[in-house]
Amino acid sequence: MLSFLRKISIGGRIKDGVPTSDEMEAVEDCLDAKNRGLISQSNTELKESVYGKLIKFKIIIDLLRTIKDPEKPQTLEQLDVVYEDCVEILRQTPKGVSIIRIEFNPTVPHCSLATLIGLCIRVKLERHLVALFKLDIFIKKGAHSTEQEINKQINDKERIAAAMENPNLRELVEKCIQEEE
Amino acid sequence: MYIVEMGILELKQTLNGHRGRVWNVCWHPNGTCLASCGEDKTIIIWGQQDPKWVVKTILTEGHTRTIREIAWSPCGNYIASASFDSTTAVWDNKSGQFECNATLEGHENEVKSVSWSCSGQLLATCSRDKSVWIWEVNDDEYECAAVINAHTQDVKKVRWHPNEEVVASTSYDNTVKIFKEDPGDNDWSCIATLSSHTSTVWSLAWNKEGNQIATCSDDQTVKIWQEYKPDNEPGIVTPNNESVWKCVCTITGYHTRTIYDIDWCKTTGLLVTACGDDIIRIFKEDSDSDPHQLSFTMVCSMDTAHTQDVNCVQWHPTIPGQLASASDDGSVKIWFYNE
Repeated sequence: MLSFLRKISIGGRIKDGVPTSDEMEAVEDCLDAKNRGLISQSNTELKESVYGKLIKFKIIIDLLRTIKDPEKPQTLEQLDVVYEDCVEILRQTPKGVSIIRIEFNPTVPHCSLATLIGLCIRVKLERHLVALFKLDIFIKKGAHSTEQEINKQINDKERIAAAMENPNLRELVEKCIQEEE
Repeated sequence: MYIVEMGILELKQTLNGHRGRVWNVCWHPNGTCLASCGEDKTIIIWGQQDPKWVVKTILTEGHTRTIREIAWSPCGNYIASASFDSTTAVWDNKSGQFECNATLEGHENEVKSVSWSCSGQLLATCSRDKSVWIWEVNDDEYECAAVINAHTQDVKKVRWHPNEEVVASTSYDNTVKIFKEDPGDNDWSCIATLSSHTSTVWSLAWNKEGNQIATCSDDQTVKIWQEYKPDNEPGIVTPNNESVWKCVCTITGYHTRTIYDIDWCKTTGLLVTACGDDIIRIFKEDSDSDPHQLSFTMVCSMDTAHTQDVNCVQWHPTIPGQLASASDDGSVKIWFYNE
C-alpha cells in the first residue's frame, strides 16, 4: 500500500509535494479508519488536505481497478484500461463539492464495449463513495474512433438512469462491478 | 456602469417524500397544488395546509420504471406522466381521486417529456426513439395524430406554444425544432430548426406571448430565440412566408455544469435555471435591452440550492416570485424570490 501511495505522489498529482514519513503514517491511520467502516466520516472531514486527497485517490483507484472487463476474464487494471493517473480530483462548485474526473483507455480504438465500461465506472463509484461529488468520465484522448460520441453518452445522466433500469444491461453492469472477497 | 440589484431567494419549505432522485415538479394551473415525480416511480401531489405544504396523494402503480415528467392539463383535472417504461399515463380525478384511465403506448423506449396544448385538446410526447408524437384528445380517448421523425437523436423536451397549436422540442442532437400542422394535408411538419447550441439541449420555455423561446444546454449556456414573422420590421427575410427564428441572446459564463431546466415567468418575465452545479439562478432582462439583441443580467444565484444536481425549476402560475425545484438529492423545495 505504501509503495502505491508513493507512486501516486511521485506521479505529480499531489500538488503539495511528496508526503513525509509522518504524513504517510497519518494516511495509514486514516486508511485503517476507513477499514473500520468509518469511510464516510473520514472522507468528508478530511476534505482537501493532502491526506484527504490521497485517501480519495486510493479509494477511487481501488474501486476502479477491480472492475471486470465485460468480455474478458481480466480486470480493467490488468488490461490497462484504468491506471494510476486516470483519476483527477478538482474542486469546483462554490460549496466545495469535489469534481472527480476519470479517464479510461479502451483496449482497442473501436471497442464496442467502451460505453458499458463507462457505465460500470460510474455506477460503481456512485454506489460506493459516500461523500457528495460530481463525476465526469472521459475516454483517453485519441483512444477511440468515436470518442466524442461515447463521452457524450456516458455523461448524460438521463441515459444512464434509463440504462440502469434495463434488466439486461443492469445484469451486465452488476457482473462487472461485483466485488470478490 | 450598470448597477445590478441582487434579489434574495428565500427557502419556504423542503418537501421530503420521494425515495431517490426527483426529476420533475409541476404546479396545478390554479397554483393550489404541486405534483412531483421521480426515480421511485410515484407521483406525489402536494397541497397547502396553512402554512405548510403536505402530501395530499401518492399515485403509484401507473408505471414500472422512473417517471421522468408530469404535466397538469390546462383544466386541472388530468395529469399526464411520461415514463422510462415507454408509456405515457393519463390520470383523472373525476371520481374525486386520481386514477390512471389511459395508457398511451407507441414509443419504442423511454418517454422523456409530455406537454398539453393550451386548449387541452392535444398532447405531445417525445422519446429516446428520436420521435415526437402528437395525440388528439376526445372524451378521454387518445388517438395518435402524428409521429414526427425530425430529430436525429433523443428528444429531451416538448413544450406547446402558450396560445397556439405549435409545439417546440429540444434534443440530444443539439437542436431545437418547432412543429405545426399543415392545414392542407393535416401533416405535422418542422417549420423551424434552431441551431447554435454545441451540446444536448435539455429544456426550453416559451415567453408569455409565444414569440420568444429560452433554451438551456449541456454547453452551459442559455439562449433566447425570437420569432420574426413575414414583413417584420427589421426586414429579416422569411422564406416560404414562414416565420424565422433567430438567436438574439446567449447567456454564458454563469453556469459551471449542465443546465437541466429553465422556466420563464409569465407574470414577471424572469428566467430561472436549474443546473448540475446545484445552483438555482435567476436572470432579468435589462431595461435598456436592444429588442433584436437582448441582454439579461443575473439577479440571483442560490448556491447549494440543493445538495445535488437541480433537475427542474418551475415558477408558480399565479404568485409572482414563488417557484418550485426538484433535485437528485431527493427533495422538492418551494422558494420565494424577493426583488
